[in-house]
Amino acid sequence: MSVDDAFAVALKGVTFQRGSRKIFDNVSISFPRGKVTGVMGPSGCGKTTLLRLMAAQLKPEKGEVWVNGQNLPTLSRSDLFDMRKQFGVLFQSGALFTDLNVFENVAFPLRVHTELPDEMIRDIVLMKLQAVGLRGAIDLMPDELSGGMKRRVALARAIALDPEILLYDEPFVGQDPIAKGVLVRLIRLLNDALGITSVVVSHDLAETASISDYLYVVGDGQVLGQGSPDELMNSDNPRIRQFMQGIPDGPVPFHFDAPDYRDDLLGGR
Amino acid sequence: MARQSLLDRIALLGRSGLNIVQAMGRSLIFLWHVLIGRGGAGAGMHLLIKQLYSVGVLSLAIIIVSGLFIGMVLALQGYSILVDFGSEQAVGQMVALTLLRELGPVVTALLFAGRAGSALTAEIGNMKSTEQLSSLEMIGVDPLKYIIAPRLWAGFISMPLLAAIFSVVGIWGGAMVAVDWLGVYEGSYWGNMTNSVDFYDDVLNGVIKSVVFAFVVTWVAVFQGYDCEPTSEGISRATTRTVVYASLAVLGLDFILTALMFGDF
Repeated sequence: MSVDDAFAVALKGVTFQRGSRKIFDNVSISFPRGKVTGVMGPSGCGKTTLLRLMAAQLKPEKGEVWVNGQNLPTLSRSDLFDMRKQFGVLFQSGALFTDLNVFENVAFPLRVHTELPDEMIRDIVLMKLQAVGLRGAIDLMPDELSGGMKRRVALARAIALDPEILLYDEPFVGQDPIAKGVLVRLIRLLNDALGITSVVVSHDLAETASISDYLYVVGDGQVLGQGSPDELMNSDNPRIRQFMQGIPDGPVPFHFDAPDYRDDLLGGR
Repeated sequence: MARQSLLDRIALLGRSGLNIVQAMGRSLIFLWHVLIGRGGAGAGMHLLIKQLYSVGVLSLAIIIVSGLFIGMVLALQGYSILVDFGSEQAVGQMVALTLLRELGPVVTALLFAGRAGSALTAEIGNMKSTEQLSSLEMIGVDPLKYIIAPRLWAGFISMPLLAAIFSVVGIWGGAMVAVDWLGVYEGSYWGNMTNSVDFYDDVLNGVIKSVVFAFVVTWVAVFQGYDCEPTSEGISRATTRTVVYASLAVLGLDFILTALMFGDF
């Protein structure tokens, strides 16, 4: 059994739980090759967990995670590290190595995985930094960069080895409008220019919808809906409508489970 | 109600026991992957040298200063006791045996746990909380090989050397007090020492102790960093655990090793 060629990554019947809480219950999601796919859902619904399952940093209790024809849960630790060279990941925090400057951060994957001479590594790093607009920041240390710049450097590092699949974990969180605009443009541009498969996990509706070819909405351990951004915007499903239109109360209640308000107030007397 | 509470306590005790066994199991699997997993030793040589500097060389100051003062105190106390029996000439022998057999390895290990061990835990814990370890994994680099192994080996190599330096400086400090200050005859100080200190029984046993302590302290430190909860509070708790667990392990193991090496049975 292998994944359909049309899909770079496919989760089939995946169940994952933390303690007694089921994060995913028999979930199947496929990510079309060469497209930008968004995964959206309220905070705490397991979006980052989904990314970690796709990258085999977590192992599902049940189900299969197929990446380019390999079922990840069956791979050995050593094979997993080889397989991960196909991935580039942009972490929420950027996750730059704090003891290395911008140049060395981007050069790091090239140094550990290739035998390229220093001159060539320098050229590749310059090209990657030029792509994210930070060639001028080459000598800066991570603590000298703004939040948006850190993510762009991390993006340059993520594409250093020309991966086939790029995973973005909440790329727009905590960014100002200009930085958001830059990231939106870069994600789309890199996807189209490099012909890679992009998966954007986010709860920033406008940005994610604007760059995604296909969207999934997840919640309560299930896929609540899927389709093009337009299809989801016009969905009849009340849960999807609540999320897509940002309605504060509805199927996802405003109040956390609590005893009756009146009883609670009078109970203290 | 009282019965319920008793049952709860028993359940809590059982859960704590399970957690301890689980943590021990995790730490053994962790150690297995660090020592046996893939990755060439040559590729990590520059990482090892960097860690030898930060773990070993930067601990030199505290080791030298502590060794000097402990040697001086030992000579002072030893002299004040031995002089009552007219045996003050044996103070060199007493200082050397105490340092080589016990205080050198044990105090170095305790100081090492406090200075380098806590720093290792905090550094690795911080890397975990800022997703640097995850990031390495996703680049296809095993953090156990790239981050943990060089630190483990650096501690393992540097601590026995630090213990040797501690003992040498302590003996020299003892000589300063006993010979230069209290007037013990220099020939007796060094002569009694060389006559009574046996290379295998005293020096080698001390080295074996410091090698065991080095392994345990560094293992505890790197594991606590790697296994900690990736929050500020989690890192703080892990750092405390490193110092407490490593110190207790050193003191407990010291008794066992002393009984095996010097016990008359």
